[in-house]
Amino acid sequence: MLKIENLSVHYGLRRVLHDVALDVQSGEVLALIGPNGAGKSTLIRAVSGVIPIQSGRIRTNGDDFDALSPMQRARYIATVPQAVSLPPAFTVWETVLLGRTPYLNFLGQPSTKDEDLARRALDRVSALTLAERRVGELSGGEQQRVLLARALCQSTPILLLDEPTAHLDLQYQVGLLELVRELAHNDHLAVLLALHDLNLAARYADRIALMVGGEIKASGKPEQVLRPDLIEAAYCLPVEVVRHPFLNIPLILPKSQK
Amino acid sequence: MKFRSYLFSLLALVLVLTLSLAIGSVFLSPSELWAALTGHGSQTSSAILWSIRLPRTVLIALTGMALSGSGAAYQGLFRNPLADPFLIGVASGAGLGAVIAMSVKWPYSFWGLMAIPMSAFAAALITVFIVYSLARVGKTIPTTNLILAGVAFSSFATSLTSFLMLRSTGEVRRALGWLLGGASQSGWTAILAIAPYLFIGLGILIFSGHAMNLLQFGDDQAQQLGLNVTRTKTILLISSSLATAAAVAFSGIIGFVGLIVPHVMRLWWGADYRRLIPLSIISGGTALLLSDVIARVILAPQEIPVGIVTALAGAPFFLWVLRRAKNQGYW
Repeated sequence: MLKIENLSVHYGLRRVLHDVALDVQSGEVLALIGPNGAGKSTLIRAVSGVIPIQSGRIRTNGDDFDALSPMQRARYIATVPQAVSLPPAFTVWETVLLGRTPYLNFLGQPSTKDEDLARRALDRVSALTLAERRVGELSGGEQQRVLLARALCQSTPILLLDEPTAHLDLQYQVGLLELVRELAHNDHLAVLLALHDLNLAARYADRIALMVGGEIKASGKPEQVLRPDLIEAAYCLPVEVVRHPFLNIPLILPKSQK
Repeated sequence: MKFRSYLFSLLALVLVLTLSLAIGSVFLSPSELWAALTGHGSQTSSAILWSIRLPRTVLIALTGMALSGSGAAYQGLFRNPLADPFLIGVASGAGLGAVIAMSVKWPYSFWGLMAIPMSAFAAALITVFIVYSLARVGKTIPTTNLILAGVAFSSFATSLTSFLMLRSTGEVRRALGWLLGGASQSGWTAILAIAPYLFIGLGILIFSGHAMNLLQFGDDQAQQLGLNVTRTKTILLISSSLATAAAVAFSGIIGFVGLIVPHVMRLWWGADYRRLIPLSIISGGTALLLSDVIARVILAPQEIPVGIVTALAGAPFFLWVLRRAKNQGYW
């Protein structure tokens, strides 16, 4: 569904992404992992179209995204940004309805169908009761769900999430990622997300790509990427990889640096 | 809610319009006003209404609308509650442009008058560009930077304006009253001269509410939701500068209207720009007309420039907003 080919991005003279190639299929969750500054967020932002790319292609089936207007692109790709401060005076309802922008004219007057989709998106993230609240009054977990609802409202085949679990308590991390996995497996979205937590990636991703210094060092099934040698090299930290006691996935335990 | 907000604002405007037409050295009662408006009034009341009160009232109302509409737009564009055409220096820049046009020896004619808003518009655009570049840090525009750059540029432009006015004689000296924000230059020609700027500028802003709403979430999110951010921002900057230039060209520097009115509208009717901009435009007319009525009666028979009234009411309000923004992390 989403094909990234030989993608390179520079900030001035600094090369932040080099020759990145990735495929995300419909119905799967691909997690980007890697140390801070590896280029995970940059990759998400480049795919979402907000930073220019120097070379390479980002496309879906036939269409090259570079040739599309922001509005056309927003019908293919929805993005849940990294924890941001939202304009506090907007209500949840107004915020989620903005997800319909790619289908509205410049006046932005939503139809009953648009409102229906917004209601369903809010219901999907179990936030229907928040509709009348102002986003400034919400907790971090609630804000993240609202942003996910807004992305779902875009009705796109591709969903990007940049560190969706950052600053969330454990129960919200698990709740959000379970929902994301369900969106891939049941609704056949192609999901690309950046994740800090290796164990959450092991548990919720179908495939994992390990990024270091703007390059993809390894990609594949969780047990193929979450190997002690690869992780130790990427994070410069000795780790122990054990089997999860009752799930068939790897569990990463960092060892002391000394 | 939606209907009520418009009804309330329009009623207030009509009320203050009537007040502005009625009050002056000669009081015109509502029935006299109605007779004069429909062409059945006495010669005196018709003359007062058509050649003095009505052009002045219309010019003041349009000025208030333009200042408040562009204030709301600047606040949305810069995502900053303290942006207003006066504080960010655009109004002073436009004023400088207007005075440059006045000091060129135009014959005091139709085309001479036409040149004033044009020059004000060009200067307003240049000002926005300079202040924006001075205040910008990476992709954001911190409040303090915006206000500092605006105030610095504003005093520069104001000094240059004063210099130009003191240096020249005759025609431009009349502009001294203008500079403090008085509609002494009123007349139907002035209204005609600013009308195109006003209608294009405010016309675009009225329909840009949805884009403004998207911009409140930041450039990245706005673009990810499908907005062409660069193009939209350029169009909106030009439109608000058109409106500011139209306001300043013949009414001078009138501060704080563009700050207060959008704020009050936001407090009363919510943050949705699709409603906020039209409501700010309507109520901007109301607010400035009310200030003008006060300016006319407070030292009657003498009148004071309306800019003094708006500043007296606006400066304390500005400080209150500043405190509120600081305490509540308002945006």
